Amino acid sequence: MNTRAILAIARKDLKVAIQNKGVVLPIIILPLVLFVILPWIMAYASSFTETTGASNDIGELLARMPAGLLHELSGFAPNQQLIVFSLVYMLAPMFLIMPLMVSSVLAADSFAGEKERKTLEALLYTPITDQELFAAKLLGSWTTALAVTLLSFIVYAVMVNAAGWQSIGRIFFPNWMWIALVVWVTPAVAGLGLVVMVFASARAQGFQDAYQTGGLVVLPVIALMVGQVSGVMYFSLSVVMIVGLAIWLIDAVLLWFASKSFRRSQLMTKF
Amino acid sequence: MVSPVIQTSSLTRHFGEIKAVDQLTLEVQAGEIFGFLGHNGAGKTTTVRLLNGVIEATSGEARVLGLNPQTQGSALRARTGVLTETPSLDERLTARDNLSIYADLYNFPRADVSARVHFLLTEFELAERADEKVAGYSKGMKQRLALARALLHKPEVLFLDEPTSGLDPVAARHVNDLVEHLARREGCTVFLCTHNLVEAQKLCDRVAVMEHGHLVALGTPSDLTRQYVKRLDVDLEVDPTQIELVLQIVQGLPQLVSGPPKQKKDMLTLTLSGRKAIPELLHILVQKGLHVYRLAPQEANLEEVYFALHGNTQ
Ligand SMILES: Nc1ncnc2c1ncn2[C@@H]1O[C@H](COP(=O)(O)OP(=O)(O)O)[C@@H](O)[C@H]1O
Ligand SMILES: [Mg+2]
Repeated sequence: MNTRAILAIARKDLKVAIQNKGVVLPIIILPLVLFVILPWIMAYASSFTETTGASNDIGELLARMPAGLLHELSGFAPNQQLIVFSLVYMLAPMFLIMPLMVSSVLAADSFAGEKERKTLEALLYTPITDQELFAAKLLGSWTTALAVTLLSFIVYAVMVNAAGWQSIGRIFFPNWMWIALVVWVTPAVAGLGLVVMVFASARAQGFQDAYQTGGLVVLPVIALMVGQVSGVMYFSLSVVMIVGLAIWLIDAVLLWFASKSFRRSQLMTKF
Repeated sequence: MVSPVIQTSSLTRHFGEIKAVDQLTLEVQAGEIFGFLGHNGAGKTTTVRLLNGVIEATSGEARVLGLNPQTQGSALRARTGVLTETPSLDERLTARDNLSIYADLYNFPRADVSARVHFLLTEFELAERADEKVAGYSKGMKQRLALARALLHKPEVLFLDEPTSGLDPVAARHVNDLVEHLARREGCTVFLCTHNLVEAQKLCDRVAVMEHGHLVALGTPSDLTRQYVKRLDVDLEVDPTQIELVLQIVQGLPQLVSGPPKQKKDMLTLTLSGRKAIPELLHILVQKGLHVYRLAPQEANLEEVYFALHGNTQ
């Protein structure tokens, strides 16, 4: 593997991508809303429901939750449980949107965007091999998605503890489930966003087109969110480990197919 | 004998029903400027792609610098440079970045990269705006930058796909001068795809004429004109008082002069049956006591070859 060439292309893709508003805006706005504004709203909403006696409804919501979750929450006083439930468990699946969105938006710019800008042809005339080019394009988007996600996690951790401080009075975030989520599931989910976008880009005419098709990849994450709110399952450490494993396996299969179809001759004849 | 730099035998590429390149057999020698002529859709770009191992041949063989493009593409592309039909530059990056990235891709010695990039930017008159985004460049500047990029790693063979199409005459002349310099001074072999016949005539040592994927003619520009352009126009200047006489004489020489002469001021243009008719005609005119100031054959050019060929195949 020619690491110098791979790094050059990964760097170039990033340099080009950050000049696309369609890439940068969601990367800034999404974490701002999800991980900065939302924790405060949730924390205030929780304390508001306590003082107005709406806690009966909340009690009902919690009562529908799986026993395992109730057990995990039992270490907290009843007035703290809602905050912990919403900030630690409810937002966990939403967090996965972050690596998914960042990696797919970058991949859309790198694969479909490059096609749209017609800069691929000159690259294909260089000595770089098909595998190196494919690796370079994945690597740039993937590592950036991980870096941005890790940063969002740190911001979120600070925000959650700060927002919950008034009622809980100690650092309660992250727990082991969240650490597994960040270390084990996030890279897999970022990989999923990438590979799906590679397929979407192969047919798309340009960045927007690919991004719209590939955006469907958030559906499974929404399913996880719904699953948790409805009490079908909750994000326990073991669920997180299993979800992560499943996504890694899906990644491996899709990546294998994607790398097989990423051939110079095919990329070139699509012009 | 030195083996040819480019060699193809029965090289063929189909796209479904379309035979983009069909049974192409040719050789290009080291240091040549080889013109590859043809209309849009003749198969020029497809041939460049085949020769660089960027697409696969349907059948047939090719060797470039002794390497097989299909199996040794990476090693081959390290030694060729390609100027693509559209400049294929990253418009969101500066000229300097566009070049530096390719230095990494060609594994150009790190210590020499910035000097090489600087040299090329200066050579191609882009140095002043080297740190501007390419999006703001004129068409000619983009083409020069793309050419600089194709030369960055000092390729042994340079493929140019319609390098001057869409450029104004000054920019086109600039590009052509560079190409000539590269081939003549630096020994680079140039494979020049073009449909500009005047340019090909001026620059190329040999040309191939392609039509619908077929090679229809191959040779030096003068070989081809001799072979394909049968008629010969000559300009004749005599004493103005003698023009009437000339017209009379010429009418009686149908075996030498075909068709009626064209007259433009004091100059006549005659269409002769061939080169051999020139001395015969001159002999007769002098014998008849005419004062011939000038009898000059017009150089047939590739354009005429091209149209002659086109007539043949239609
Ligand atoms: N990727 C492709 N898919 C289908 N047909 C193609 C493709 N590339 C080229 N062709 C066809 O092959 C023929 C030759 O094209 P090309 O090599 O681009 O010609 P030129 O460069 O001489 O204009 C044309 O008829 C063109 O439409
Ligand atoms: Mg072409």
